[in-house]
Amino acid sequence: MLKRYFALHWNNCVGALRRMLRQPVGSLLTVMVIAIALALPAALRILVNNADLLSDSWEGAADFTVYLGMDVNNTQAQALADDVRRRDDVAEVTLISRAQALEEFRSRSGFGEALDALDENPLPHTLVVRPAGGAAGDIEKLARALDERAETDLVQVDTQWVARLRGMLELIARAVDIVTVLVGLAVALVIGNTIRLEINNRATEIEVMKLVGGTDGFIRRPFLYLGIWYGAIGALTAAVLLFIALALLRDPVSVLAGLYASGYELAGLTSRETLTLVAGGAMLGWAGAWLAAFRHLKAIEPK
Amino acid sequence: MIRFENVHKRYPSGREALTGVSFALGKGEMAFLTGPSGAGKSTLLKLIALIERPTRGTVIVNSQNTARVPGRRIPFFRQRIGVVFQDHKLLYDRSVFDNVALPLIIGGLKRRDIGRRVRAALDQVGLLDRESHPPITLSTGEQQRVGIARAVASRPDVVIADEPTGNLDPELSLEVMRLFERFNDVGVTLLIATHDLELIDRLDHRRLKLVAGQIVEDSKSSRQSGVA
Repeated sequence: MLKRYFALHWNNCVGALRRMLRQPVGSLLTVMVIAIALALPAALRILVNNADLLSDSWEGAADFTVYLGMDVNNTQAQALADDVRRRDDVAEVTLISRAQALEEFRSRSGFGEALDALDENPLPHTLVVRPAGGAAGDIEKLARALDERAETDLVQVDTQWVARLRGMLELIARAVDIVTVLVGLAVALVIGNTIRLEINNRATEIEVMKLVGGTDGFIRRPFLYLGIWYGAIGALTAAVLLFIALALLRDPVSVLAGLYASGYELAGLTSRETLTLVAGGAMLGWAGAWLAAFRHLKAIEPK
Repeated sequence: MIRFENVHKRYPSGREALTGVSFALGKGEMAFLTGPSGAGKSTLLKLIALIERPTRGTVIVNSQNTARVPGRRIPFFRQRIGVVFQDHKLLYDRSVFDNVALPLIIGGLKRRDIGRRVRAALDQVGLLDRESHPPITLSTGEQQRVGIARAVASRPDVVIADEPTGNLDPELSLEVMRLFERFNDVGVTLLIATHDLELIDRLDHRRLKLVAGQIVEDSKSSRQSGVA
């Protein structure tokens, strides 16, 4: 019984594919519409993923600088650095002593002689703090905690833009989610419409099947498989389109990355994401076909 | 096997197709349903196949009251009835074999049994050598025989036919009727609608004459086949 059931499904499955191949031009057009529609949110997703990776590599830029008061001496500065280093939300602390800072400033700024004219070193001890966490709120809290220390004169979070970028990326990712849902709906409707036309074309066949006792499930099944094929092949084509697009972008990106002295490479769809895309396409096809079959098979009754 | 009790059928358009039809067809009986066009022959057959439902009265087929068959059970009800159409209603995108196999696939038979029964049915209508042909390459008479093979392949107890010889010349018509008689010989109950009086005059079977939605004549066959 079970074997016969699967044999029937297999026949329907292969039969639906054969039916698509019998009208190659029409099927190709539908598949391309589905592919291009699905490629759009997938491409946006790739864009966001890449931006995420980039902003991860900029994580170092989220360091911030704590300027200590002029009255803080070496020992106190060292003690503070050790203290801050013990915090959970701190990955690394570098103490730049007044002397070091002066040395560096002297060699880099070209104001060496002007500095010599001063009586004493005008630069304070400085801590360069690298936060452990990535979330914007955590960095904010850490900055405030450091600011409250008596030794601290000024906390400069000069890299707030990274946090803002992250926030923006999160927003864009959410927008991509919405676009994905809308495009998914559109794809289901496109497939539903294709199945509706197919049902109309095969009205005679459906009528005969109903006359010889075909159940709704039996009559519906070939159309559901047709929908699944359209969705899956459309999604697979979308993956191929993206692959080609990324291949075309790879060289210019590496040239650009080279100009920024970075080894950055475009990330494409992972095999898992490709699988999700194809499975999602198949499910959308099934849903669209089911909707069309549910609505339009009822209308065809033997007369 | 088939029983009509005071059956009325009025279409939504207001047309009264049947007005108080009562008759009973026993198991293994064969009868012709005659009458002019528009007399209600097709409507009567549609009530048997549950393509239509009566406005009033009772239709009993295979000891089942059709009024008690809900919409979702209709497919299973139809699986026990063979139907032959004037225009064959074959599927032209598949072979003769696949056409005849359709009701058996729907019935969920094993592949091996399907092959055996399809070939048996095609053998009975004399088209065994055509099983792999597409129906379109067959003559009208042969196509009608494929239609008959499909109707009997699942071995239904009841077979109804609506003008099965409507498109055939007299010789082919007689051949088709002889075919029906052979099925009747093995116990199939048959109700055949036709207006070809010349043809049925040559055959000795019960006749139900329908005029304006009423049975005006019920002439038994002289040999009294079946039990009413």
